[in-house]
Amino acid sequence: MSTESTPAPQSGVAESVPQVQRVAVSALVTNLREYGLVLALIAIMIFFQFTTNGTLFKPVNLSNLVQQNSFIIVMALGMLLVIVSGHIDLSVGSVAGFIGALAAMMMVIWPLGFLSNPLVVSLVCLVIGAAIGAAQGYWVAYHRIPSFIVTLAGMLIFRGMCQALLGGGSSVGPLPDGFKALSSGFVPDLIGSWTIVPPVVNAAGKTIVGSGLTLHMTTVVVGIIGVLAYIYFGLKARRTREAHGYQAEPFTLFTVKTLVISALILFLVYQFATYRGLPIVLVVMGLLIALFVFVTKRMTIGRRIYAMGGNAKAAQLSGINIERLTLFVFINMGVLSALGGLIIAARLGQAVPAAGLGSELDVIAAVFIGGASAMGGVGQVIGAVVGGFIMGVMNNGMSIMGVNVDWQQVVKGLVLLGAVVFDVYNKNKG
Amino acid sequence: MASTILEMRDITKTFPGVKALSNVNLRVEEGEIHAIVGENGAGKSTLMKVLSGVYPSGTYDGKIIYRGQDCHFKGIHDSEHQGIVIIHQELALVPMLSIAENIFLGNEHARYGVIDWNANEARTRALLKKVGLNEDPKTLITNIGVGKQQLVEIAKALSKEVRLLILDEPTASLSEKDSQGLLDLLLEFKRQGITSILISHKLNEVSRVADHVTIIRDGRTIETLARQDVTEDRIITSMVGRSLDDRYPPREPKIGEIVFEVRNWSVYHPLHADRQVIKGIDLNVRKGEVVGIAGLMGAGRTEFAMSLFGRSYGRGITGEVVFRGRPIDVSTVGKAIEHGIAYVTEDRKTYGLNLIDHIKHNITLANLRGVSTHGVIDDLRELATANDYRGKTNIRASSVYQMTGNLSGGNQQKVVLSKWLFANPQVLILDEPTRGIDVGAKYEIYTIIARLAAEGRAVIVISSEMPELLGITDRIYVMNEGRIVGEMAAADASQEKIMRAIVRGEGKAA
Repeated sequence: MSTESTPAPQSGVAESVPQVQRVAVSALVTNLREYGLVLALIAIMIFFQFTTNGTLFKPVNLSNLVQQNSFIIVMALGMLLVIVSGHIDLSVGSVAGFIGALAAMMMVIWPLGFLSNPLVVSLVCLVIGAAIGAAQGYWVAYHRIPSFIVTLAGMLIFRGMCQALLGGGSSVGPLPDGFKALSSGFVPDLIGSWTIVPPVVNAAGKTIVGSGLTLHMTTVVVGIIGVLAYIYFGLKARRTREAHGYQAEPFTLFTVKTLVISALILFLVYQFATYRGLPIVLVVMGLLIALFVFVTKRMTIGRRIYAMGGNAKAAQLSGINIERLTLFVFINMGVLSALGGLIIAARLGQAVPAAGLGSELDVIAAVFIGGASAMGGVGQVIGAVVGGFIMGVMNNGMSIMGVNVDWQQVVKGLVLLGAVVFDVYNKNKG
Repeated sequence: MASTILEMRDITKTFPGVKALSNVNLRVEEGEIHAIVGENGAGKSTLMKVLSGVYPSGTYDGKIIYRGQDCHFKGIHDSEHQGIVIIHQELALVPMLSIAENIFLGNEHARYGVIDWNANEARTRALLKKVGLNEDPKTLITNIGVGKQQLVEIAKALSKEVRLLILDEPTASLSEKDSQGLLDLLLEFKRQGITSILISHKLNEVSRVADHVTIIRDGRTIETLARQDVTEDRIITSMVGRSLDDRYPPREPKIGEIVFEVRNWSVYHPLHADRQVIKGIDLNVRKGEVVGIAGLMGAGRTEFAMSLFGRSYGRGITGEVVFRGRPIDVSTVGKAIEHGIAYVTEDRKTYGLNLIDHIKHNITLANLRGVSTHGVIDDLRELATANDYRGKTNIRASSVYQMTGNLSGGNQQKVVLSKWLFANPQVLILDEPTRGIDVGAKYEIYTIIARLAAEGRAVIVISSEMPELLGITDRIYVMNEGRIVGEMAAADASQEKIMRAIVRGEGKAA
């Protein structure tokens, strides 16, 4: 074979130097969107910290914030996959409401004996959520009916079923305490608390709430272990990359990123520890976020979803069963909608006909603020989570400030538009 | 001596990380046909985008002097206003609107926003006559062929009082006859005093119509030749920077036993259930053999290949696929891949690549199992794989993290090939593997095909370029109207023989 067959512009040494720089630049550019989003969240939090006179970061408010917004973020995880695969799900709010109503009926009204145990009911509800997702996904995947239409129908159907189940306009409750713990419970302190400054006792012999400093030690330990694990795995991943001769992100960038995130985690953990510890729902949410990051970044099924959203025909001709994958994405969405519904019901302590009403819009907004593309194929789990928190912090902060609910909507709308405009502007510039 | 209508001086355009054009010079005489040739990715289209204002003044360095004036186009409107009209490779027509509506889209004859349809249609008729297209102005674009669509685009350009017409690979998707018609039209325009810039890969077209040829390589002007100095060899040498004595890599076929066989394969049209598209095809490929399928456009070659590959085309499919003596199930793409079959599609942008993802992810997509354990992807193994194939197929990119949408056609094709090579197929079906890519990249792809055969794989190449089939295959099947109408050893075959088989086959079918 002729040796001249390959024109060789790849003279290794000459190219390797600019290549290193290019890797560094591209690492920064690709992560700029994510960093920018986190920075925006931090800026918004600091802004509200001032405008609410320090209420936002109060431990009790942080717990509230998590408990109020966790269902949005849980559903946003599912919505991210739906949107990345090039679809949309408008039914999630209604499905959440319906599942909440169903759970309440099973636990409070229907005589189901031991089956009305909160754990059993929750599991049954998640399975029903999966079935709802499958029923909608079936039409989208196998009959190619646009998801917008199928889930618009689902939105009407399940809101109606929610209201019918609750017998018109009434609410059903109170729900058992064991169930309510899902939203309002805290991880029990197994190690015991450590009182650094004893609380002030008033003349009547009662302690004044919020005085003194007692740390919830389980939370502290979990937090420290978490941060150490984060640093350890970050370093390990760097080392393996370098051991195989690949360029990792620049060390300074890595250090700054790790330190900032660790400090942030420790700060939040400390705040939780001074109150009642970690909310259970935060732990559930944290585990789910970790799972979905792993699935989208490291697993083949995640990769296939991105490929399907990017070019469905090419994915199909690469041997990917796009019908089954679409069905899976909707089943996953159904399960997470059901979980969202359970969380809402547990927080309210009862099922109400309007539970989850309009929340599909918050969920979709969170995903788009997080940088997903409406065309499919693009979007990150962390982006959606941060997007959800941005919405949540704005809700919470504006409520504390006493901003009228109507104007809150206007501001949220502007933020959504602004985030997407920023994205498009960035893309065109790049 | 004609005057200069356009001069581009020292044009330099940089994208992040890449210098697309450096000090390019172009001088076009009034009333001539000026051809620009160069490999894919050489910078031809970028240069035309600079000229037409797609990249506005200020984003590049250098000077554009058009009709004696220094021009700073801020957008495509500015340049169109001056009579510079560019017709892109991908046509910009709205399929569900009529010819007349498309021609005057955004430029309708209207009073206070109310369209005067009679005036529009009358003018459309006049324009269609000029370009020699005999169609009703009310016909929807979707109902006419690509060749005619191209003419509608040109009619649209004429409606804008064009002085300088730029055509970006206008004949890439046209049949031989339509291409000739288009070139004749350019010559007719020349008589009417319209200047044209023709970007093309097809050297025979260039030498037929062009008065001057400018050759661009790696973002630089290499030379401008006058008509009398143009020879095909000279152009090729300048384009690739080396002489191409052999357009096809030498190979010594080592052909073994039959590994892949298709028996009595029939397929019906997906929409018209009674129309049989593929009519009882029998075909076989041996180990280490490269088999070609020749035929005209519409012969059913792509339909045949796609129906074989996981029933990706058609319905009512019957027939048998035999691999190493045993019938295999290829009813889904997944099963076909598992049995060691790969199909490299004709249309890489629509069917081959995820254009919004990078090279690495595209290469591993058809064989994710090869880089993962229990569904978990090993990032480093994936990166090593991608880099390995990038080297093997010589993909020119800044890194494997470059988006495939930003690559040139030849490099995109190499990514698609890499994807299928990594799936480790025993039978490879390549559908028009060199369509729309330049001479240098073609040679590299032929080399890869030769290597695959040498490794003992069976290769099927579908191509409309007969010299290519004669150059790289061992045996050629000729297809026409859904049937195999001829089979010949490549050594005995010639373009005439292939054409004769097609013509005779048509006689039989009628």
